[in-house]
Formats: sequence, C-alpha cells, structure tokens
Amino acid sequence: MSPRSSTQDPWWVKTLVLSLVAVFLGLILVLPLVSVFAEALRQGLGPALEAMSTPDAIASIKLTLLTAAVAVPFNIVFGVAAAWAVAKHEFWGKSLLISLIDVPFSVSPVVAGLIYVLIFGSHGWFGSWLIDHNIKIIFAVPGIMLATLFVTFPFVARELIPLMQEQGVDEEEAAASMGAGGWMTLWRVTTPNIRWGLLYGVLLCNARAMGEFGAVSVVSGHIRGLTNTMPLHVEILYNEYDFVGAFSVAALLCLLSILTLILKGLLEMLQPQVRRAGH
Amino acid sequence: MSSTTLSTAGQDRQPRGAKTLFRRRSAIAGFGLSLGVTVSLLSLVVLIPLSAVILKASGQSFSEFLQAGFSARALGAYRLSFGAAFVAAAVNAVFGVLTAWALVRYEFPGKSIINGLVDLPFALPTAVAGIALAALYSPNGWVGQYLEMAGIKAAYTPLGVVIALTFIGLPFVVRTIEPVLRDLSADVEEAAASLGAGRLSIIGRVILPALGPAWLTGFALSFARGVGEYGSVIFIAGNMPFKSEIAPLLIVIQLEQFNYQAASTIAVVMLSASFAMLLVINAIQAWARKRSA
Repeated sequence: MSPRSSTQDPWWVKTLVLSLVAVFLGLILVLPLVSVFAEALRQGLGPALEAMSTPDAIASIKLTLLTAAVAVPFNIVFGVAAAWAVAKHEFWGKSLLISLIDVPFSVSPVVAGLIYVLIFGSHGWFGSWLIDHNIKIIFAVPGIMLATLFVTFPFVARELIPLMQEQGVDEEEAAASMGAGGWMTLWRVTTPNIRWGLLYGVLLCNARAMGEFGAVSVVSGHIRGLTNTMPLHVEILYNEYDFVGAFSVAALLCLLSILTLILKGLLEMLQPQVRRAGH
Repeated sequence: MSSTTLSTAGQDRQPRGAKTLFRRRSAIAGFGLSLGVTVSLLSLVVLIPLSAVILKASGQSFSEFLQAGFSARALGAYRLSFGAAFVAAAVNAVFGVLTAWALVRYEFPGKSIINGLVDLPFALPTAVAGIALAALYSPNGWVGQYLEMAGIKAAYTPLGVVIALTFIGLPFVVRTIEPVLRDLSADVEEAAASLGAGRLSIIGRVILPALGPAWLTGFALSFARGVGEYGSVIFIAGNMPFKSEIAPLLIVIQLEQFNYQAASTIAVVMLSASFAMLLVINAIQAWARKRSA
C-alpha cells in the first residue's frame, strides 16, 4: 500500500465504494444488457437470426435506417445554422433562443407525438384538408419522421454552440478580411475546427433517431411492414409473447448502441473538449 | 472592436441602421441566413406544434380543464410519475456520486468499460431497456426470483417503475458530478488536512459542499427525465389505473380513445411541470456559477 496521504481513501473505503458501485451498476446496467443477448439466444443462434430476417423485421430495419437518414442531415443543417448564428454573432434574444432549442429535451416523448396528431391527425388542424388531398402523415412514415425530428432536434446544436463559442470569431474575421465569403469561411475555416464535435452530435442524434420509441409509437399506428420501426417491432413481438423474436431484434439495437458507445469513447479520446454529457 | 471597419469586407446586404439595434455589426457573413434557418426550423418543428397542445387544452372551460387534468385517475398517474422519478433520482444521487467518485479517484480493472457503460442509458433504445428490465425483474427473471423469495415484487409494481427510471437517470447524475469532482484539486484537501482536518470532516466540509450545485443539478435532470419517460417504463410497470399507470401512458390511452382534449390537458400539466423544473435547474446553475466566480 502506498503511504497514507490525506487525500487518499483507506483501502477499506475504496473496497466498500467499489463493491457498492459494482453491485449497483451490475443490477441496473450490466445484467439488463446481458439478459437481452441471453433471451435472444435462448433457443440458439438459428431462431435469433431467423427472427431478425423475417420480412416484417427487415421492413422495420429499413424504416429505422430511413428515419435516421432523414433526421441526421436535418439535424446537421439546423445545428450548424444555429451554432453559426449564436456563436459568431451578437443579437438580442440570444439566450432565449438557446433555451428554446433545448425545449424538446424537457418534453415527454409521448407529448412530442401528441402534438403532431393534433396538427396532422384526422381531427387535427389540417386533418380534413389532408384527407381531401389523400395525404397521410399520421399513422404513416412522414409522421414518424416529424416525431423523430422533434425529439432529436437539439443534439448537434448543443454540441456545436459551446464549442464554437469557445473558439471565438478571430479566425472567421481574419478569413473575411482576406475576402473569403460566408460559405468559404464555413467550409474552410470553421468546419475543420468543429468536425469532432459535429461527429459527436451526429452520433448521439443517430442513436436517438434509431432508438426513439414513445414519440414514434404515438404517430405510427403500428402497421406491420409499413410503419414499424425496430423499437416498435420489438414492442409488438414482446406483446405477442414472441420473446425470442423481440429480444433478437432488441439485441440488434443493443449492438448498435454498444457501437455508438465505442465510437463516442474514441471521439472523447481524440477531442477531450467535446462535451461528456449527452442526452 | 475592429468589426466596424471590417464589415465592408463582409457581405451584409441588409440595410444598416435598423439592424444594429439588435446586433453588433460583424465581419462574419451569413447572420441573416443562419438565424433565419434556425428560427424557421425551430418554429416549424418545435414551437408551432407545441402551441397546438396548449391551444387544444385551452379550448375548454376551467372546470372542464380541472376535470380532465386533475381527475382521480390523472392524479394517481402524476403521483406515480413524479414520486417514482423522485425516488429514482434520489437513488441515483447516492450511487451516482459513488460511481463518479470511483471513476475519478480510483484505478481498477475494467475502468474504461465501466466509464463507457455509464452512458448506456443515453444510447440504448428505451423499449429495449424496458423489456430487458422487465425480463430481469419479473418473478422468474434472474434477479426477480430472488426478490420473490424475499417477498418483494418488483416487476409490474411501482417499484418496477423506480427501477426503470433509475436506469434512465443514472448518467445525468454521474456526468454532471464527474467534471466538478475532477476539477476539485487535491490541494484543497491537502490544505484542509494540514490544518488538522480528518478524512471524514474533509469529505463533509470540503468535498460535499463543493459538489452541492452539481449534485442538485444532476438530481434535477434525472428527476425531470424520469417524469416524462415512457418506453422503458411501460413494460415493467403493470399499467393498472390508479396503481401502476404513469402519466405519459395515460396520455396515450386518452389519445387511443380519441379523447384529444383530455390527452392535451394532461400533456399541458406535464409540460408546465417540466418547464418549472427547467427554471429550477437554470437557477441552480446560475447560483453555482455565481458561487464559483
């Protein structure tokens, strides 16, 4: 044992703290994760792979990928625009704007779905107009996209705003004084400085877009093969007592989130100043 | 500021004068475009849709509002959602600070894996967490069977809700406390020790007070997230009205019965609570900044 110092805990405190943490994290994080794979493989690898490749499962995987493919670029455009406006310029109402961008994080996902039902649902603001023109938003793919856009809204912006504020405006002003236009400055000067933070925001946005359940569940209508994302497919199989099926699709989502965590760890190593806490 | 002279080199196609009231002129291009995109998307995706729920809920008399928003069933659901979220946040406040302490102060095998795992609730889809916890804590699950022997029912009771919300809220506490703990230099503790303070009184008098604001913030964030949580809870909750039915589920049930007004009313009550909590969190953070300045 190293010489006892005033800032070092005695060995028994360290052991006690580490055991408490191990038991707690084991019960709350590790065992749930392990149990997903154990339940999926309960009847062996064959049935698990089969459950992942039914037509309905494949349709849900495709819809989930499509949802992320819409939400992520949208989030990049919004996040970069918001961070550019907020971090590189001074204007009245800035702090209000920053708070408003964060609003979706404090709204229950269920409410995020509800608001779109109130607007685009058959009894909603545009309900009869949409029916007349034979456009389906609620209980269809566009509704799923909208609900996902809402819940992922702040991800890239809240990574980039603090990062770009910290970097200041000197480099951009220098570029402007040398005659660079706005787009050129953004692409050649700002983007190289923010790429890791941007990637970090994209990673979190992507994980949430693929995994969102509550908001999407309200607007989806749960039509198999058409409006079921992977998390909704998991729910349907689970409620039908097809546990191997449910946990097999869930295992795929688990692998995805483990990959997300690994990439996130790598980004934090590469760029220690990217924010550690996400949502 | 050189920005006034530089602005001629920039773009700034808007008429000058009127605009300078709202912002300092800057050399950097794209203010109008980027703010325009930001405000339009924010309004279209977030603000206008959110106003729909408030409009819907306000299209009724006050007594109707009370009836829908504060019925016995709704009150039961709030009690469960807020109560379970509070208990879960308290559990996380205790174990979150221990986890953060272990991650910052100790070296142990597998530390980087544990560090990554703490963020699992941010990355794992809530529905997956929900079915995993339900399987684990159900009477024949790995953990549930031992709880059953001890006479404790976890899944399909309010305790199950607490378990799910503990899972969801954990990273908020750990990740809020961790940077503060890291910045708290060993010098302060050494100074306290050289003045004759024992280890316990250093923890009680030096470390805990310094952690206070971050601790409260982490608690509040975990609580706020738990109140609105849906996906991870419904599988383990049992969903019995008055007993194990959370408020977000009640919104979904009203919606499925085409009871839009009632759904919106409950949503507005929940929204008000979230915004109140957001204000509290901001106040704590402002207070912390002032204190550390």
